[in-house]
Amino acid sequence: MTDLRVSVWRGDESGDQEYFDVPRKENQTILDVVTYIQRNLDPTLSYRYACRVGMCGSCAMSVNGVARWTCRTHVDKVCDTDELELRPLDNFPVVKDLVCDMQTFFNKQKKAGGAFQGSKSRDDGLAIIKPDSKGRMAVDKAIECIGCGVCYASCDIIKWNPDYLGPAALNRAWTLVEDERDTRRVDRLRAVSGDAGCHACHTQMSCTQRCPKLLSPTHSISGLKREVTRAALKGEI
Amino acid sequence: MSPQHSAYLWLAQRVTALVLAACVIVHLITMIIAVQGGLTAGEILARTQGSIAWLLFYSVFVVAIVVHAPIGLRNIAREHLRWAKGADIAAVLFGLLLLVLGFRAVWGVFS
Ligand code: SF4
Ligand code: SF4
Ligand code: FES
Repeated sequence: MTDLRVSVWRGDESGDQEYFDVPRKENQTILDVVTYIQRNLDPTLSYRYACRVGMCGSCAMSVNGVARWTCRTHVDKVCDTDELELRPLDNFPVVKDLVCDMQTFFNKQKKAGGAFQGSKSRDDGLAIIKPDSKGRMAVDKAIECIGCGVCYASCDIIKWNPDYLGPAALNRAWTLVEDERDTRRVDRLRAVSGDAGCHACHTQMSCTQRCPKLLSPTHSISGLKREVTRAALKGEI
Repeated sequence: MSPQHSAYLWLAQRVTALVLAACVIVHLITMIIAVQGGLTAGEILARTQGSIAWLLFYSVFVVAIVVHAPIGLRNIAREHLRWAKGADIAAVLFGLLLLVLGFRAVWGVFS
């Protein structure tokens, strides 16, 4: 197997692509490639990962122009040639090299009412949620979000309107809107409505196409639009 | 814009989109039928003048456009021109312009 010619972003907001030659192996992931560079070629390269098995959501970056989780992306799947271009995720400020600043991304989850607020205490025992209840079924996929930011990096609206809450935050809000234990429904519907909220979404589904967990934030956002409208007509918001 | 107003704008745009879909179909079919054997002003006016049904149809068509188009343009202005308040005012003015021009045309072929 020939070497991979890997170009990697070096710097923060300003910087340049730097080239490395990495031996190609079978079943090699993009994260393996980055780790090889850091361990063998340049220990100053910064990048993020934790679980290596698609659970923590920390390893996402732009791979040949497409946002992906890197621990579960095989080189063979994304590389027809021997060239690989790695950059930090789009739509995020860059801290250094492949590490981006997730603060705004997570703050937007808070802003969209992403914190659960129940009415019971720990002494009340566990709430029983029927697996086939309407609300639980509506969020069956959406609750699997790992907060990787791939959807956020793939959404054009965030480029046009940096205040837009984005697919992950709205998806999170949707899971709580449909959560029968939660008590902040009306506040949350208020928070997600408007030009920086669910109404800004163009339903173009880049987020849904790219989400590595195969979730559909677009579907969640449509659900929010529906619920917000209902609440407005009832005079709740 | 309040959360409630945003929701109403969105709803108004969806509902008028539905109305427009139906109106456009009727409009296209009428056009295809109308151009058979040549298109003349006389033929169009013979169909529409004094016809309450066409008056109502084109009035609904115009109202749907007046509501639908400015909401979309407002969004485009906000996203691509980064207008905020200005976009609201421009959209309302554009809606009024459509209203005047639209009803002028509707009345023109009715009376
Ligand atoms: S919705 Fe998908 S792409 Fe977006 S943060 Fe969650 S897991 Fe990642
Ligand atoms: S569907 Fe909506 S949230 Fe998803 S990428 Fe498109 S505009 Fe962004
Ligand atoms: S390292 Fe945890 S998801 Fe990739």
